[in-house]
Amino acid sequence: MATTVKDPHVTTTPPGVKDGFSFLTSRLRQIGIFVALLVIVTLFQVLTGGALLMPDNVSNIIVQNSYILLLAIGMVMIIVAGHIDLSVGSVAAFVGAMSGIMIQDWGLPWWAAFVGSLLIGGLVGAWQGFWVAYVGIPAFIVTLAGMLVFRGLTQIVLENQRITGFPEEYRQLGGGFLFPGLFPPETNLLDWTTVGLGVIAVALLIITQLRGRATRARLKLEDEPKAWFYTKLGFIVAVILGVTYLLAGSRSGTPIVLVVLGVLIVAYSLVMSNSVFGRHIYAVGGNLQAAQLSGINTKRIDFMLFVNMGVLAALAGLIFTGRLNSAGPGAGNLFELDAIAAAFIGGAAVTGGVGTVIGAITGGLIMGVLNNGMSLLGVGIDVQQFIKGMVLLLAVGFDVFNKRRASNALK
Amino acid sequence: MAENILRMRRITKTFPGVKALQDVNLDVERGEVHAICGENGAGKSTLMKVLSGVYPHGTYDGDIEFEDSVAEFKDIRDSERDGIVIIHQELALSPFLSVAENIFLGNEREKRGFINWNETNVEAAKLLRRVGLDLNPVVRAGDIGVGKQQLVEIAKALSKNVKLLILDEPTAALNDEDSAHLLGLVKGLRAEGITCIIISHKLNEIRAIADSVTILRDGRTIETLSLHDGSVTEERIIRGMVGRDMESRYPERTPSIGEEVLRVEDWTVHHPQESSRVVVDAANLNVRAGEVVGIAGLMGAGRTELAMSIFGRSYGSHITGTLYKNGSPITTRTVGEAIGHGIAYATEDRKRYGLNLIDDIKRNVSGAALGKLSRRGWVDGGREAVVAGDYRRSMNIKAPSVTAITGKLSGGNQQKVVLSKWMFSDPDVLILDEPTRGIDVGAKYEIYTIINRLAGEGKAVIVISSELPELLGICDRIYTLAEGRITAEVPIGQATPELLMQYMTKEKD
Repeated sequence: MATTVKDPHVTTTPPGVKDGFSFLTSRLRQIGIFVALLVIVTLFQVLTGGALLMPDNVSNIIVQNSYILLLAIGMVMIIVAGHIDLSVGSVAAFVGAMSGIMIQDWGLPWWAAFVGSLLIGGLVGAWQGFWVAYVGIPAFIVTLAGMLVFRGLTQIVLENQRITGFPEEYRQLGGGFLFPGLFPPETNLLDWTTVGLGVIAVALLIITQLRGRATRARLKLEDEPKAWFYTKLGFIVAVILGVTYLLAGSRSGTPIVLVVLGVLIVAYSLVMSNSVFGRHIYAVGGNLQAAQLSGINTKRIDFMLFVNMGVLAALAGLIFTGRLNSAGPGAGNLFELDAIAAAFIGGAAVTGGVGTVIGAITGGLIMGVLNNGMSLLGVGIDVQQFIKGMVLLLAVGFDVFNKRRASNALK
Repeated sequence: MAENILRMRRITKTFPGVKALQDVNLDVERGEVHAICGENGAGKSTLMKVLSGVYPHGTYDGDIEFEDSVAEFKDIRDSERDGIVIIHQELALSPFLSVAENIFLGNEREKRGFINWNETNVEAAKLLRRVGLDLNPVVRAGDIGVGKQQLVEIAKALSKNVKLLILDEPTAALNDEDSAHLLGLVKGLRAEGITCIIISHKLNEIRAIADSVTILRDGRTIETLSLHDGSVTEERIIRGMVGRDMESRYPERTPSIGEEVLRVEDWTVHHPQESSRVVVDAANLNVRAGEVVGIAGLMGAGRTELAMSIFGRSYGSHITGTLYKNGSPITTRTVGEAIGHGIAYATEDRKRYGLNLIDDIKRNVSGAALGKLSRRGWVDGGREAVVAGDYRRSMNIKAPSVTAITGKLSGGNQQKVVLSKWMFSDPDVLILDEPTRGIDVGAKYEIYTIINRLAGEGKAVIVISSELPELLGICDRIYTLAEGRITAEVPIGQATPELLMQYMTKEKD
C-alpha cells in the first residue's frame, strides 16, 4: 500500500454490552407495550375492586379474545410485509357458515368439517393472495373487495338464516376446557392439569432461554445485559405462573383455545424470528426492491402470507362459531379492525418492516382487558369505542414520536 | 478585506452520545462562492442545518451573524425570510405538480386565497430563463430530468429573494453536461451578487468555481483556504479532509488473470414501458477470472440497465442475447437464478435497492444468501452473527456491533455492508454499479482495496462508474458504452480520459 495511513475514525466503541440505560431506551417501545398492559390491568383491578383478576374472569378474557388474538397473529405478519387485510371478519364468518353447512346439510363429521373449513380458508387466502401478489392490486383494495364478497357469500350460503346446534366436539374448540374430569373432584383444590401445563411451560421457557444465552456466550456474540435478561425472564415466569394459578382456580381449568393459541403464538414467533420465510417477510416489508434484488421471491412471500391469513381466519371462524354454537350472517363483523388495531398498538409500523407476534398479542390483550374492564364497570359500548379509538391513536402517536426522536438523534 | 455576509462562531451541536459539531467557525464573504469539504460524517450537513434553522436557535451553542445582525432562526421559514435558502441533496419537488406550482409552492401568487395562474406561470417562466432553462412552466416536475429539476430548485430559491444560497451536493446526481451548466449558473449568480455555499465531494468542481474552501473534519473546522491564486491543489484539500497524505488514491495491484468466466453476446434490452425503445443494443462483453473490467458511459448510456437486465431481468423487456458462464450458455430469468449461477450485482442506489435500512447489519449481510445459514428453512442466528462479525472486521465496517441499524451508518459503511452481502453469496462474477458514489475519499480507498482483494481471490469483477479516474485507477480493461452500444474495448495501457470520453460520446452512425 502506497499510502501512509492514519485512520481518521479511531473512535472505536467496544462491541458487546451497552450500558443499561441506553439499552433500556433502545427497547423503549417493546418495553412500553408490556408496561402499558400492566398499568391497564392494575388500573382495572383497582377500579373493579379485584373483579378483573378473579379466576373465572381471567378465563373469560382469554376465551372472549382468542379469535381476535389469532387473527392478530396473521395480521401482524401481513402488516410487516407492508400490506393489510380488511377481509378477515367476513372470511371468518364465511368459513363458520360453510362449516355449518358441511355438518348439517352434507352430514360430514365434525373433524372433516374442520379440515374442510381450514382448506376453504386457505383457498380464500390463495384467491386474495393471487390478486395482491401476482396481479399487483394493492391489498387494501383486494381485501376491501374480499370483505364485501365474503360477507355476501356468507349471507347467500346461509340464505340469511342462522345455523345452530353444532356437535359437542365442534363446540369444544371455542368453549371447551382441557381434561375437565381427569382428576377426581375431591383433589380439586386447584386444577392439576392447568398447574402441570404451567409448570411445563415455565420449565421449557427457562431451559430454552438459558441455552440460547449460553450459545451466544460461546460464540462471543453481543447479548442483552445480564440484569435485563434475568429480570425479563423472571417477569415472564411470574406472569405465566400467575395466570396458571388463576386459571387453575377457575371453575373449569384451562380453556382448549388457550392451548391452541399458546402453541400458535410460540410457533409463529419462531417462524417470524428464526425461519427463512419469516426473515424474508421482514426483508420484503423493510425494502421491497432490495429484497427482490437479493433474489427473494417476493410475490411468493406475499401469496403465502395471504394463504396463511386465510387459514388463521378460518380457525378463528371455527372457534367463534363453536363458542356461540351458531353461524350467522353477521358473524365476525369488525373483527378485522380489532386485529389491525392489535397489531398497530403492538408496535407494527404502518410502513411495513416492523412488528412482532408477541407485540400484536399484547396489543390485542390491551384491547381485550380494556373491553372487559370497562364492561365490568358498566361503561357503555359508546364510551368503550371512544376509549379504544383513543388508545390506538395514542399508541401509534407514541411510536411516531419515538421514531422522530430517534431520527433526530441520527443526523 | 471584503465584508463578510455570514459569520458562524464556535458552533457546537450535540446529539445524544455524539458531538456532531465542535467549535466550528465559518466566515463567508459577500458575493463569493464558498465551498465546504469534508468526509461523510464530518458535520457539513449538520452545520448547514444549524445555519438554515432546521435545528432551531437554542438547540446548539455558538453565534450566527448574518448581514451584520445576530441571527436566531427558529425554523426554515425564518431563515428564508432573511434570504438564506438551502437546496438539499435529495430534491424536494413534487412530481405531480407543474414546474410553476413547484416554484411558488408555499409562496403562492395569490389574491384572497385564490391562485393567480397567469402571474404564476409568467413569473415562473421569467425565473426559468434566469437559470437558463427553456421550459414550459406548466409541465409536470416529474416529467423533466434530474438536471433540470435541480435548476428548477434554484429558480425556486431565486423566487424567494435569496441572498445566500446553500447547495448540498448539487451535482451528485448530474451528468457532466448538466453539472457544467449548473456550475456555470452558480458563477452567473455570483456575478449578480448572490453568495453561494456549496457542499461537494467533487474537488475538481470546487477548484473550478469556488473562491475559498472551508474544510471540516470530525465536526471541527480544520482550515479555510483561498482558491484564488491556484496554489491549492486537490491533493492539498484531500490532505485537509482526511488528515493524511494521499500519495496514491488507488491501491496497487498485480493482476493475475485467468479463464473467461462470463461472456455476454448480442445482449439487447428494450425499455420496460415503451418496448420499441432499445436501451441496450447488441452488447458484447466478457470478463475473466481475476480481472477488473470497467464499463464507462455517460448517464443514460444504459450501464445500469445492462447490468440489471443480466441480473435476473431486473430491468427491461424483450431481452435477447446469450450469457455464457465458464463457456456454457446459462439463463438468468430471475434474480434467484442469477445468484445461483454465481452472479452478484451491487446496486448504484444502495438506499433504494441495496439495503433494508431499518434492519441491522447482520441481517443485511445474510440477506442474499440466507440459505447458506439455514437448515430446513430455519436460520442459524448464532452463525449469522458470527459471519456478520467476521465481515465487520475484515471489511472494517465502522459500527459498534453487527446489530447496528444500517440506516444509521455513513455512506461508506453502508456500501461495505452491501459488498459484504454479495461477498457472502460467494459469487464468481461481481457487478459493482457505482461502488464509490457518495462516499468519502478515505472510504473510497478501502473499497478499491476490497475490489483488488476480490480480484486477487480469482473473482471476475465488473465496475460501472461515472468517474473516469476511478476506472483508470482500478481496471484492467474498460468498455465504453454510448446510447446502449458498446463503442470500444480499451486495454488499460492505452486508456486515457480523453480517449474514453471520445468513445463515450460517440453517436450512432
